[in-house]
Amino acid sequence: MSEPVAIPANVESATAPQAPPGWRRYADVYAALWRNSVTREMGFQVNFFLWLFVELLWFALQLGFNSVIYLHTDSIGSWTKWEVVMLIGASHFVQQLFQALLLVNCAQLSELVHTGRMDFMLLLPVNTRFLVSLRHVDLGGFISAASGLAVVFYAAHRLNVTPSLAQMLSFSLLCGAAILIHYSLMFLMATISFWTVRAQGMVMAYYNLFSIARIPDAAFRGAGRVIFTLAIPMLLVASVPVKVLIDKLSSPAEIILLLTMSAVTFLGSTLVWRRALQRYSSASS
Amino acid sequence: MTTCWHIFNIGLQNTLSYRVNFFARALFNLIPLLAIVAMWRAIYAGKSGDVSGYILAQMISYYLLVTIVESMTSVTEDDWQIAAEIKDGHIGQFLTRPIDYLHYRLCLFFSGRVVYTLAATIPVGLFVYWHREYLVRPHDGVAIAAFILSLALSAVLQFLLSYLIAMLAFWVLEISTFVFILLACERIASGQMFPLDILPSWLAQAVMWTPFPYCIFFPVSIYLGKISGAALVQGLILQVLWVATLYALARLVWRRGLKTYTVVGG
Repeated sequence: MSEPVAIPANVESATAPQAPPGWRRYADVYAALWRNSVTREMGFQVNFFLWLFVELLWFALQLGFNSVIYLHTDSIGSWTKWEVVMLIGASHFVQQLFQALLLVNCAQLSELVHTGRMDFMLLLPVNTRFLVSLRHVDLGGFISAASGLAVVFYAAHRLNVTPSLAQMLSFSLLCGAAILIHYSLMFLMATISFWTVRAQGMVMAYYNLFSIARIPDAAFRGAGRVIFTLAIPMLLVASVPVKVLIDKLSSPAEIILLLTMSAVTFLGSTLVWRRALQRYSSASS
Repeated sequence: MTTCWHIFNIGLQNTLSYRVNFFARALFNLIPLLAIVAMWRAIYAGKSGDVSGYILAQMISYYLLVTIVESMTSVTEDDWQIAAEIKDGHIGQFLTRPIDYLHYRLCLFFSGRVVYTLAATIPVGLFVYWHREYLVRPHDGVAIAAFILSLALSAVLQFLLSYLIAMLAFWVLEISTFVFILLACERIASGQMFPLDILPSWLAQAVMWTPFPYCIFFPVSIYLGKISGAALVQGLILQVLWVATLYALARLVWRRGLKTYTVVGG
């Protein structure tokens, strides 16, 4: 056993000189990662459909819970039944897209460190964060996300709302910002818990945390509201896109807040990731 | 009995290494609960009267008790561990030793519960203390005794459900999907998300035919004095019957599983 070798801090940006980095090259790498993921999923078809079933079951469970609640009330704060259905649909849409593109990879980060495979990732001539964040694609997540979107549209129909093109575009943009928040927070948790918590526990923690996004923001007051808006912006990720669709925004500031928070959380995760890489010493050598 | 005591002790020492995980888990489990309590507050603020016989204070005390019962009885790592032991061939050693695997895991489960309950004491204790005005005393002496009995039975019941799911590892490579299906059923039908008696009565009655209400809703209702007298006795008998049925089923599935089982290597 030799002493652990400290990897230089700038290794993240170190790329091989003969291969100039560029959008084109990253697009090629990403396409290759997609092909890999599709091939892998084809090998476990039964598992693929089982996972899809599990996701749909949990989604139905949330909608069922909401129906039970609204048997006993007409509104939660200012939110009516179908508005909350839309909120649950949008939250599912965002969460599943995040799951399709990024979640597995975040969850596997600690395993990469434990098994020493992180060394290998660091040596590859692409940005390490790009690689560890986007390695696997979970195709079932896209189908699940579509079911969330279908519920959003159905709820809009029940609310007699026909969103304009501008509203739909803003909805898409804000969902993108929401995914960035999901990713940044999860990546942050994964980076911090490099050496402590196992992936299983972290994914559980994630689901618990993000269950807040399905609750109407009007239910929260005082400290809870501040924490889940400004520190862990769960009350923004699904509700702001929905409010845009149904003209429920109290002020445009909510949109700015969501966009700002996505930038802030992303920057935060970048800072912590850099620190973690500086302190990283290999597990295997 | 002494064997079980030894296994229990070994289990205690092993699971103590999970204490940080358990603590984090107990802490994060409180988040959805806080959200649900906040939601009920908003609902009660916007309406007059009760919800199926629950006033706000009772609704909150319901969730406080769910948290306490859950932290004392719910399965944490056992299902994953059992499935891993089947897949890795570790159960081979139990075939040659005079220890029964089901009993061995049950003893380990109880030591895990002790460690988890201790690790959860701080977060759950703080949560309960914060809402202490809502924590009612148990209805009467009978309710206390029946609550403790049904708490123990509900722990065994939840263990057996997870054990049965883990037994699937004899036949399938990945049991996680099945674990999450069971978890979803437990969430909705055990009374963890809401008291089952706020469901339409036909649905509530249908759910009471499954084992899930006996995992959480039943002990909590005993504590709150919602179930008493003949209904209490009948419920306890049904709970015992579910434990016995699942125990017999667990035995059966174990034997069937072993028939198809091959241990590769030493």
